[in-house]
Amino acid sequence: MSAREEILRRVRAANAAAGQPAPPRVPRDYRIGGDHPAGHPELVRRLSARLGDYRAGVVPTAGPSAPEVGAAVRAALTLAGVGAADPVLVPPGLPDGWCPQGIVDDAFAASVLGGFAAVVTGCAAACAETGTLALDGSPGQGRRALTLVPDRHVCVVRAEQVVATVPELLARLDPGRPLTLVSGPSATSDIELHRVEGVHGPRTLVVVLVAPPPPAFPPAREPRPGVEKRHQT
Amino acid sequence: MAAGSRATFLGVPRILGLAGRDGGRGGADGGGGPGGARAGRPAPAGSGFLSGDRPFPDAAREALGDTQLRRNLAHATGTIRAKRARVVAELDDWEELRTAGEAVKRATLARLDEHLVRLEEEVTARGGQVHWARDAAEANSIVTELVRATGQREVVKVKSMATQEIGLNEALAAAGLTVHETDLAELIVQLGHDRPSHIVAPALHRNRGEIREIFLREIPGVDPRLRAEPRDLADTARAHLRQTFLRAKVAVSGANAAVAETGTLCVVESEGNGRMCLTLPETLITVMGIEKVVPTWRDLEIYLQLLPRSATGERMNPYTSTWAGVTPGDGPRNVHLVLLDNGRTATLADPVGRDALHCIKCGACLNICPVYQRVGGHAYGSVYPGPIGAILSPQLTGVERNASLPYASSLCGACAEVCPVRIDIPSILVRLRAEHVEERSRARVPSAEALAMAAGAWVMSDAGRFAAAGRAGRLGRALGRRRGRVSTLPPPLSAWTASRDAPRPPEETFRDWWSRTRAPRDGQARHNPTAPDDPTGREGPTAPDDRRARRARRARHDQETR
Ligand code: SF4
Repeated sequence: MSAREEILRRVRAANAAAGQPAPPRVPRDYRIGGDHPAGHPELVRRLSARLGDYRAGVVPTAGPSAPEVGAAVRAALTLAGVGAADPVLVPPGLPDGWCPQGIVDDAFAASVLGGFAAVVTGCAAACAETGTLALDGSPGQGRRALTLVPDRHVCVVRAEQVVATVPELLARLDPGRPLTLVSGPSATSDIELHRVEGVHGPRTLVVVLVAPPPPAFPPAREPRPGVEKRHQT
Repeated sequence: MAAGSRATFLGVPRILGLAGRDGGRGGADGGGGPGGARAGRPAPAGSGFLSGDRPFPDAAREALGDTQLRRNLAHATGTIRAKRARVVAELDDWEELRTAGEAVKRATLARLDEHLVRLEEEVTARGGQVHWARDAAEANSIVTELVRATGQREVVKVKSMATQEIGLNEALAAAGLTVHETDLAELIVQLGHDRPSHIVAPALHRNRGEIREIFLREIPGVDPRLRAEPRDLADTARAHLRQTFLRAKVAVSGANAAVAETGTLCVVESEGNGRMCLTLPETLITVMGIEKVVPTWRDLEIYLQLLPRSATGERMNPYTSTWAGVTPGDGPRNVHLVLLDNGRTATLADPVGRDALHCIKCGACLNICPVYQRVGGHAYGSVYPGPIGAILSPQLTGVERNASLPYASSLCGACAEVCPVRIDIPSILVRLRAEHVEERSRARVPSAEALAMAAGAWVMSDAGRFAAAGRAGRLGRALGRRRGRVSTLPPPLSAWTASRDAPRPPEETFRDWWSRTRAPRDGQARHNPTAPDDPTGREGPTAPDDRRARRARRARHDQETR
């Protein structure tokens, strides 16, 4: 008997031995939808605060136009410590004007990716409550290695991509695509269970929040010392 | 005597709901392990790390003597408990999430064969290859052959409980392959020639000073001025592994979940070492226990909320990766999934004990456990320590091979309260103690140990005391009330009480055991709850009302953790 057949047979025998329990109905009475629709200024504010908790930078744009996003991306790169002459990587399909100096990925080897000072991408969706960005590898986001190997990641999030809850986030994603959910920069809790940011993934994450058309949402206020300075308001 | 004790033991099943188990004994499989009590197949002895080389009390006694270890454990578990409590309190639907998380697992296991077949279909349809492994040895040889077929000599690895369980690193090393653990804690364990002691943070027993020393000793070229700061230590690990990641062609991972309907695998991590392994190599081999499958994509919305908050006290872990088969131009070109039994079907065969398979390996029950906090993970012998280990390891191996673990608990019930999928750990512990007693009695073991176990069974069969003991907390209370009885056992059983190294009877609590082993010559210590060395610090001094004591304990705990 093949291992496959034998394991399946064991599973069936075990379920029979346990009295053939019927699968219960799954009560999904936890929160599915959030308190605000996608893109609501309150959600954008919350996302910004959560990102601050993770010690990610947040740079709001002045408006939704490509030049305004481009200006914020430049500011984000500066905030991340990228110099004007440093090479910046971008995925194919990044909207025109977001990062004009970016070098478009051309199936570069991993070691080449490591030579870039930063990568600039868009995202597929974002979750406010957990401060999570979702990347799905579609145009403007690129293959997974792009947002992994360079040490700094600037991610552009449009307000309408921001949902409140985790269930809303997953509902927007395609499980057939390779997905990466990013909540702040790389971190570890392995030393005495204290969180330290920055291990193997990008050590610096800066999020550019594309403002919806005016009136612009108020800049995030963060009570925690040391975080405020990361916000360009 | 043995026959008599068995008859009295049979009082337990009626109360604890063991009734279905006799049906199990006559089940279609009939294979079982030694003892043959269960359908399904326990993990064979001889490979993997599911049991230690000595019983829990012996190992625990040594751990208790290590004050540095106890300090490290207290510090780390205290930190994580506080963080967990904070982020759990943020969600007002936490209980609904727990209930749903439990229901999905229960529903999945009830149709496990169908979900596994569907998973295989979907992964295969998306270009992946699925392998099945009955036990550790088979899984190890599958992975070894897959690595060999690539022609590569080295492998990068993402932390995974399944691969620790089967001893994959050792098997690959024996085949002449080099394995690089890439998770920071696993790296610390590997470089320290050590064993993991926690399912989320395997190096939790090490403090920063010890980690610095390990790095200085084991990583070539480390600056001797390296400071014992988490930031600097993490940077050292980054520099050390960077080139390894960039050149690696083969990776091995575990999986936190696999979605049957879409063939999507999921790895939850923090550092980005997981992403490196899942993304950069050409070949990816994932080893996953068969219980990790979930039916639908939607089900992940539950566990992606329960897991990070319970495991590391974060609203969300830094990185979660999912993949379904092969994606051209993005990530590995050869994707394998090894589905592992290794005792899971034996666990599944028990109508109550199978709930241990619901575990999402968050570690919250370890962090809250008064026993784990004091003895750490190594004392449990198995790679699964703490409360979950105490119910999972004996079921995976057959209870005889881990006979002391079901006693490694004070039955205080804190684990069940924090468990994100509501596993009733104390009830399963009690059940396994009973199973152990029963196997002993079936084997007609005429030892003082068996007599003591029988005594436990006799005490447990007292229906009057058990009638009210449905839920875990009340169960703990019922057992607690019974505690003093050990000293009043009739003469044949005093043989046991005279021998402090004999396995404890089923009803003995950790606290009793502690008192007995710490102060073997001091009869006073045993029943003096205010002794300065009170190991649990949980049971209120002579509380007349257990419920009140329990409330007070919880309040005290909440205070500690806020
Ligand atoms: S038993 Fe529950 S609390 Fe313990 S590790 Fe498993 S899921 Fe977490």
